[in-house]
Amino acid sequence: MKVNVKTQIRRYILSAALLVSFAAAADAQIAVRGETVWTMNGDPIKDGVVLIKGGKIEAVGPASQISIPSAYRVLMAKVVTPGLIDAHTVIGLNGYLNQPHDQMALDGSSPIQPELRAIDAYDAEERLIEWVRGFGVTTIHTGHQPSALVSGQTLIAKTFGKDVEEAVFVSTAMISVTLGTDSTLAGGRAPGTRGKQAAMLRAELIKAGNYKGEPRDLKQEMWQKVLKREIPLLVTAEKAQDIMTALRIAKEFNIRIILDGASEAVQVLAEIKASGFPVIVHPTMARNGGTRESLTLENASKLKAAGITVALQSGYEGYVPKTRVLLFEAAMAAANGLGFRDALASVTVDAAKILGIDNRVGSLSVGKDADVALYDGDPFEFTTHCVGTIVNGALAFEGKR
Amino acid sequence: MRRYFFSLLVLCAIAVSAAGQSRPVAFVGARIIPIVGAPIEDGILLIQNGKIVAVGDARVVRLTADVQIVDMKGKVVMPGLVDTHSHIGGPAGADGSSPIQPDVRILDSVNVKASGLQRAQAGGITTVNVMPGSGHLDSGQTLYLKLRDDATKIDDLLIFDKDGRYAGGIKFANGTNPIRPGGGSFPGTRAKSAALVREQFIKAQEYKAKIAKAAGDKTKLPPRDLGMEALAEVLDGKRVVHFHTHRHDDILTVLRLKQEFGFKLVLQHVSEAWKVADQIAKSGVPSSIIMIDSPGGKLETVDVSMTNGAALEKAGALAGFHTDDSITDSRWFLRSAGMAVRFGMSRDKALYGMTMAGAIMLELQDRVGSLEAGKDADFVVLSGDPLSVYTHVEQTWVEGKNVFDRGNPADYLLAVGGFGATNDKFTDIDCFDGDIQGGAR
Repeated sequence: MKVNVKTQIRRYILSAALLVSFAAAADAQIAVRGETVWTMNGDPIKDGVVLIKGGKIEAVGPASQISIPSAYRVLMAKVVTPGLIDAHTVIGLNGYLNQPHDQMALDGSSPIQPELRAIDAYDAEERLIEWVRGFGVTTIHTGHQPSALVSGQTLIAKTFGKDVEEAVFVSTAMISVTLGTDSTLAGGRAPGTRGKQAAMLRAELIKAGNYKGEPRDLKQEMWQKVLKREIPLLVTAEKAQDIMTALRIAKEFNIRIILDGASEAVQVLAEIKASGFPVIVHPTMARNGGTRESLTLENASKLKAAGITVALQSGYEGYVPKTRVLLFEAAMAAANGLGFRDALASVTVDAAKILGIDNRVGSLSVGKDADVALYDGDPFEFTTHCVGTIVNGALAFEGKR
Repeated sequence: MRRYFFSLLVLCAIAVSAAGQSRPVAFVGARIIPIVGAPIEDGILLIQNGKIVAVGDARVVRLTADVQIVDMKGKVVMPGLVDTHSHIGGPAGADGSSPIQPDVRILDSVNVKASGLQRAQAGGITTVNVMPGSGHLDSGQTLYLKLRDDATKIDDLLIFDKDGRYAGGIKFANGTNPIRPGGGSFPGTRAKSAALVREQFIKAQEYKAKIAKAAGDKTKLPPRDLGMEALAEVLDGKRVVHFHTHRHDDILTVLRLKQEFGFKLVLQHVSEAWKVADQIAKSGVPSSIIMIDSPGGKLETVDVSMTNGAALEKAGALAGFHTDDSITDSRWFLRSAGMAVRFGMSRDKALYGMTMAGAIMLELQDRVGSLEAGKDADFVVLSGDPLSVYTHVEQTWVEGKNVFDRGNPADYLLAVGGFGATNDKFTDIDCFDGDIQGGAR
């Protein structure tokens, strides 16, 4: 008991300290000076400066044109980029221990549960969030994992914040849908096949079209938001036939979707392009088995070359690594056809566009959230370190990782 | 397409001439990282009959008129990588019948046509320790393989010593993987795990004593016991124990067992090596590290650290790396060294860990692990610095034969993935038919 009280006290002190640091964040005045500053809003700036005040970007430009006020804390780095945006992960719902009590991204009781809110399960202080923050990740799109036909909602959060309310800035971002054999069920339970999956989705959407709001039905309320195009479906579809099913259903019901995974996208590039929907590509280094047997390191580069908007992701992992690191996945894509600039865009400005948050994050532009990543070299090189991560104007990671 | 055919022809020409064995081939103009000795900026690697004849500065190595010259200007050449722990080829060792099965041999289970072996070639791996899993205290005998081309049976990949014995170790594990509470003869705790292993080694000591006492008299020999024979080899130092172990206390338990029974040992995974690096160094036991991108995933790896390489180096312990494929992918094995350097290991020790350290752990240091005259002509040709993400493995050579060439479409597919890349036996190439896709099925 005594120990518990002590722990409890320690926890209060810790949260109090955190509180102070968060409170200070909005007032922090920081100048980031980089040998190269990739704003993702025009060409990179040589010897650039990013001024930060009140959690927002106050000014960006060459050091020759921006004078740094004396009160500002100056941080130096070789390369400065916008904070990275992980377009699809499950961290915060799934924790690093990988024990039943910290795996909250899948409820197996029913295959269709759009009413499950990620915000009710998000642990803003989970260790994996701290881990990726140290590699420059400032925004994550996270939520229910791709393992059920409709596993639940997703949210968008900053990787720094004392609790879920402070960290989350889009509480319902998308609804996670998975097509193909990763979400079929055995033992006579539905859906047991691809055809059944599509039939069940259609049935839900038709039912929701007739829903009048009484009595309240949380599932129908969510599907109506989808039908009204207020919320997109995040459709994980690796095989070409599953990608086509996703596009077909989207067209039938005039709903918005974002394709996810899409390891066989190269087979249906023209169809994806014609649909206008973007793709959040599987982790570059994902294991090439099961539905991902045909994935290629060049998938992102081929989609990009076809004129399709792409983002990269750390994805969902059931074992080790418990989370992939977006920076490393982007690095591998950069080295396999995508190139430096497009790879960086896929984890910053393009990811922001796909997630619909480009008004706030994704580039270093005046007025946007002060989310900045600092590196001591080419961010994608194995041997480079992230030397600082700024979230909402607060230095949320300081060190060398 | 024409370009592809052209490179294929070149590939075949080189392969044929090298396989022909007699004519010496010189790889000229590359930056050579021999691992043993300093890097050579403008080097020559001279090979013949599957062996390295000479390695040195272009201004020093003399080439005779009959030498075939291969231009490697702008490339980096280093020894073939040694993966000290992998599961390519679908090795299936011990079954669920008991926790300790030293009689089980991976030899009887590997599919040499598995695409995983070819993807390992694409990653520059030339020597690999293929092991059974970690769900047992002892899951069986491992195999040290050369990733030669055109294997139709496991015999084609084996490494034989001068007595005709094929190389391999034995796999042990502690920590939570072998623990199966209520699982019959399987242990329920860590102490029970150690007790069961200790018991088996004592039996093996007694088995050995009976054989010694028989002094060649067949009537006095104990009944043959294949498991005991394998453990006797371990006690005699003829078979290295590869011990899967994560937590620092489990690592120390392994070192204690080694102390008691005196076997040769490689610590595998060593997730918490950074906590006991000094003890590991003091024991003189080498460690094979796995680099995982984030902590956790299982309770005993919550404190895994990417600083393990740096910590072991600082403590003065021998450290190498492994893929544990499919835990990490053989195709980007070199990334392990890059990440280790990111987290404090020196470049030299990291590259040593990818090659020579592994060779020492497999007791193959006289044949592989460095580019030195007299060693096997196992090497990789890289497009640039081995620790850069932008560098690709362009070619892999085993015993003087090209086994992977990124310029060849079928090999390229293996390296980057795509339709058919994971099909077993996909990349059979018959140079004389000129039928690139003919191997697809």
